[in-house]
Amino acid sequence: MGTGQILQYLLSGVTTGSVYAIIGIGFNIIYSSTGIINFAQGEFLMLGGMISVSLGHLMPLPAAIALAVVITGLVGVLLQLVFISWLKNPAVLRTIIITIGLSILVREAALHIWDEKVRALPFWTGDETTSLALMGARVSPQVLWVLGVSALMVGALTLFFRYTLTGRAMRACASNGTAARLCGIRTSSLVTLSFFIAAAMGALAGCAISPLTQTQYDMGTSLAVKGFTCAVLGGLGNVTAAVAAGLLVGVLEAASISVLPLAYKDVVALVIMLAILFIRPEGLFGRRATALAGAPGA
Amino acid sequence: MPAAVRRYAPVLLVAALVVAVQLALSLLRLEYLLTQLTMSAYYTLVTLGLCLLMGYAGQVSMGHAGFFAIGGYTTAVLSTVGAAALAFAPWLSVPAAVLATAAVAFVIGIPVLRLRGHYLAMATLAFGFIVSRVILGTAVFGQADGISDVPAIKLFAGLVLTGKRSLRVQNYYTAWALVVLGLLLAINLINSRVGRALRAIHGNEDAAAAMGVNVARYKLAVFVLSAVYAGLGGACLTHFNAGIGPGEAGVMKSVRYVALVAAGGMGSPWGTVAVSAGLTFLSLRGAFGLYDDAVFGALLVGIMLFAPDGLFGLLPGLRGGRARLRAGRGGGAGGGHPQ
Repeated sequence: MGTGQILQYLLSGVTTGSVYAIIGIGFNIIYSSTGIINFAQGEFLMLGGMISVSLGHLMPLPAAIALAVVITGLVGVLLQLVFISWLKNPAVLRTIIITIGLSILVREAALHIWDEKVRALPFWTGDETTSLALMGARVSPQVLWVLGVSALMVGALTLFFRYTLTGRAMRACASNGTAARLCGIRTSSLVTLSFFIAAAMGALAGCAISPLTQTQYDMGTSLAVKGFTCAVLGGLGNVTAAVAAGLLVGVLEAASISVLPLAYKDVVALVIMLAILFIRPEGLFGRRATALAGAPGA
Repeated sequence: MPAAVRRYAPVLLVAALVVAVQLALSLLRLEYLLTQLTMSAYYTLVTLGLCLLMGYAGQVSMGHAGFFAIGGYTTAVLSTVGAAALAFAPWLSVPAAVLATAAVAFVIGIPVLRLRGHYLAMATLAFGFIVSRVILGTAVFGQADGISDVPAIKLFAGLVLTGKRSLRVQNYYTAWALVVLGLLLAINLINSRVGRALRAIHGNEDAAAAMGVNVARYKLAVFVLSAVYAGLGGACLTHFNAGIGPGEAGVMKSVRYVALVAAGGMGSPWGTVAVSAGLTFLSLRGAFGLYDDAVFGALLVGIMLFAPDGLFGLLPGLRGGRARLRAGRGGGAGGGHPQ
């Protein structure tokens, strides 16, 4: 294997990995503010892709993508307001089942609004044959778009959490909801905001990846499971670690293709997740054991 | 003894209903409906096992379709490709399938059941996903085509597991006999020391452990038992349908089983049987049309939001019954120490 080929694998791994990372971050944002694992997280990518494809027929691509991101964010808000907001300290089992049910409803709604056909956004620059030479590897410019968009989202989110009042309030709410409320923070609207951010980020990632991997109504579940893998690998609630974990999972998955049959590609990430859960449930970078005894609400 | 009567009355009721339905359908010349009723019996076996795991041990499994598929595919492979090895006793493929399911559940269960809450749900979901991907990627399992032409299996005393029309009534009774037996086993288990230990685990694992309940062992035991229910259902249905496809291992199937248990009242074996048999039958008849999966998704969300006690909890008369049942149960668990 030449360096060019290794770089090719690496790049394709980093590309899918950055998408997993965005999903993992979405899990983290909602988990930090509510203690809920939102199993419908993968559906946001699907919605982003589907809506932008449809809007793409009516308006220029950037506008379609922006609108799709906002609409999907609002869908996230709607799900939170209608189904989640009025549950007071629900049992973990109940929230799991509700979000899984929601993921099915979103998927089935997508199936009936669109259909079971595979769709794709046009490439953001050039077309499917355009490629850039990068140290012996051929790369579609869309790969750079995915990486750039993901990096931008992670950067913006970090700045948001660190420097804005709302971002700080969200962190306060995540570390101790009661204390945050006592300080006069309206936690309920922050929870709604966290659903908006998670859904909108997912939608943007879904738009960015759509030209490369296509969008189909039932793509959400496997993406959600892989995104969750990254969230767990980095330690639940740890946003930056989820990025590292996402890239790692993506690269391992891409590398697996050279060893295992293609059909087993999806299994790799899941086996990693199971191994991590069994051996180091607090994640690679975490300190506290949250998965075992003393898990919140367990 | 009134206590025993009350305990086993649901079982008798189910058995009586099974006979009544068959007689009615035969009289009305609607015997073709027995085919779907037989299939829904095997799916009900899965939900019954899951009901023990979720309702009594309080452990969620999002991967029970995986166990169903392991049972089905094991018997399918053994009785087609591996038929020569089992030529002396072809029926052995069914117990072998159940055994294989139990073995997988045992191996997976040891690490998985250490997890709680979301982690347990995700781990079991991942398990189901892995099973379905392995089936789709392995030639011996027929990949996307599944395995067809699985032969009928001769059990004892002239009983045959087959989808043949002439043996429809017989297969209906075989399937429902398994459900009634499963129900009987479940009810006995719930009312035994094991059942009390499981409820203690459901209530609070640490407290149960402090009372001397071997939490890990009980959780593993009920996990394996629920997988056995699923594996048996899968194996029998595979012979009844003369084949199995990768769809049986799909995540959506696992979610559906969870939905049925939740709708049945999460911890009410007879409620699970009633809801599961009814809804599965309607689904198999195509009553929900294009909205099949959506119905089960809506059921999940609706039940969990508005009726955590299940569909029967919505009926006012029964709700009182459930509350009484629960009070009695709580008293039983508090009065007799599980260990």
